[in-house]
Amino acid sequence: MTDQSVSQGSLASARVALLAPVARRAEAVVLPIAALLAGFLVFSLFLLIQGKSPTDFFYLVYRAGFGTAFSWQNTLSRTAPLLFAALCVALPARLGLVVIGGEGAIVLGGVATGALGAAMLGSSGIVALPLMALAGAVVGAAWIGAVGAMRYFRGVNETIASLLMAYIAISIMNHLVEGPLRDPSNPNKPSTLSLTDELRIGDIPGWDVHWGLAAGLICCVLTWVLIERTTWGFAARITGGNIRAAQVQGLPVGWLILGFTALGGAFAGLAGFFEVTAVHGSANSSLAAGFGYTGILIAFLARHNALAIIPVAILLAGFEASSGLIQRRMDLPDATMLVLQGFVFIAILLSDTFYGRFKAFAPERWSTSP
Amino acid sequence: MPMKPLSRRGFLHGSAAAVGAASLGSLPFQAQADGHGLTVGFIYVGPKDDFGYNQAHAEGAAAVAMMDGVTVVEEENVAETVDVQNSMESMINFDGASLLFPTSFGYFDPHILEVAPNHPDVRFQHAAGLWSADMHPMNVGSYFGYIGMGQYLNGITAGHATTSKKLGFVAAIPIPQVLLNINSFLLGARQVDPEITCQVIFTGSWSNAVREAEATNALADAGCDVITCHVDGPKVVIETAAGRGSYVCGYHADQTSLAPDLYLTGAEWNWANVYTGMVQTALDGGTIPNFVRGGLTDEFIKMSPLGPAVSDASRAQFEATKAEIMAGGFAAIRGPLMSNTGTQILGAGEALVETDIALESMDYLVEGVIGSTS
Repeated sequence: MTDQSVSQGSLASARVALLAPVARRAEAVVLPIAALLAGFLVFSLFLLIQGKSPTDFFYLVYRAGFGTAFSWQNTLSRTAPLLFAALCVALPARLGLVVIGGEGAIVLGGVATGALGAAMLGSSGIVALPLMALAGAVVGAAWIGAVGAMRYFRGVNETIASLLMAYIAISIMNHLVEGPLRDPSNPNKPSTLSLTDELRIGDIPGWDVHWGLAAGLICCVLTWVLIERTTWGFAARITGGNIRAAQVQGLPVGWLILGFTALGGAFAGLAGFFEVTAVHGSANSSLAAGFGYTGILIAFLARHNALAIIPVAILLAGFEASSGLIQRRMDLPDATMLVLQGFVFIAILLSDTFYGRFKAFAPERWSTSP
Repeated sequence: MPMKPLSRRGFLHGSAAAVGAASLGSLPFQAQADGHGLTVGFIYVGPKDDFGYNQAHAEGAAAVAMMDGVTVVEEENVAETVDVQNSMESMINFDGASLLFPTSFGYFDPHILEVAPNHPDVRFQHAAGLWSADMHPMNVGSYFGYIGMGQYLNGITAGHATTSKKLGFVAAIPIPQVLLNINSFLLGARQVDPEITCQVIFTGSWSNAVREAEATNALADAGCDVITCHVDGPKVVIETAAGRGSYVCGYHADQTSLAPDLYLTGAEWNWANVYTGMVQTALDGGTIPNFVRGGLTDEFIKMSPLGPAVSDASRAQFEATKAEIMAGGFAAIRGPLMSNTGTQILGAGEALVETDIALESMDYLVEGVIGSTS
């Protein structure tokens, strides 16, 4: 990363050599944070127009999302599916693909988990749980991988395709849990057979947060290693930068698209696996809870960096955790959090236009500075 | 469904929550500061003003909020996921709530069952009735009303209003409660004219405005001139049906204002009465029964005021039947009765009165209903 053109000798250029890599990296941190703050600022104006106090609002968000042991537990218990959902957006995005239908893979991954679990009710968790996780991941991978395949082989727009396929996935889930996979002993809420305790994922000891959080964190780290530290990731970044250049270089663009979309789908499928095994105990329509859509916002906020997804997912989970207290204490509707997320999302998209505009972040332009 | 003898959320969590609660005790914004008042929490799966299921509960909550010594806290649009578990915990931890009404059907299993064992001092009251003594914690209770009787009365006004002899029913999901409503609606109408049929369309979800509008239009296209529904928010169905010139019967809450001229009547919940009763019991230090049921007589349900399109003959039969129901022991489902697939449900002389628990596992549509449960 060090700038070859910097000449040795003078004190100034030594400082440049030291600061240049920091400056380049800083842009990717400072701009999203500035956008986040700008979003908060506009939202504060919105609150003032509503006659509500922004300080109260942010204080309550802090208290309910992060201020107490209970708040942290509340926030972290919401984080796991968001991590997986965001990875499902971030991975294809590194190839320049905007996949927004992770919800479909979550739902079908959950159904696959619930169906296999129902078929293995008598068996031990050590055998069944890995297979159920695998089933969830494979189905998720196939679902989003199909989006990648349609994109690569037929040029179908992946954004529209994945979104529409999410609706198909939810319909398939409803059909299966109301029909072939339905638990006949539960007439009131169509679900797959209830999993036995043996086939359920418990909490991280000492926490009221299930193991999905740990798994999600590990998957984020592994994804970061894959993208930033392997030749596959390097090839993917090249492809995302310029697909024609990548093809000219002989990079396996088709395999990259299939692999990255499938891997993203596998992560979303795992979100479904954890929702079924750790939260619901069966697959049913509660799986379509919108995690896939929150994941889009998180991935964009994190600029599709798998490590940055972690704090951003925790932040947004904290927003959601505080939504209840905001409703109860400030008499604001539940949609308030959506308004805040909307402002932040627009600010983040706008901030994209500022990359490369600031000299402070571009060491090669420092020489002309006074 | 099997109930775990011990919650997998261990007592480690309990102690963590206790630390959290203790640190909260000093907070200035804690709702229940004096320790004498009762804080009651209401949680809704949709918006409070949906003209339907959630609004009916929110009207009950509003009545509770008027009571002395009671603080009401509410949350709307809470999903049937870990979200609702956290909302319940949050109301207990931050607001000191000791009586909770998580009102959506899907909140019960696994969510209330997961949280309740950690808070033996908090009472969890759930609408729609799944509680059973041998499977569920004692601090959980179920309550519900015989609203099928309301749909039966809806059917009587519909039977008088229809000229095509075809009624329409937009239904969410083919579960026992919904099937009982559909069957009751048709059987009520057949008290007026045994030739009447009722076409049902299932949308597949409790809340899906697009499907509900499509279903309503499809029913109107098929010639149904009185339409009712059982979905969470009847607003779309009522407005769409009225827009097509069909008469409408309401459900859950009063929808008169959505179609003042075409609204016949509606089967409404009377949660205000039920909730103030339960909260008064809690205030008096009494114990709310774990399994509560009630009908028109117990004021668990009520009927919307009859609309201007209801004829005198219709009004007379409506009032007469209502009086019969109020007298108790009324059966809308009585033999001889066939299902619409040709199997016999009840022989001559048999009847399932409104309180019969067999009605809560209904899995058929009666003869005259056009539609299928699968």
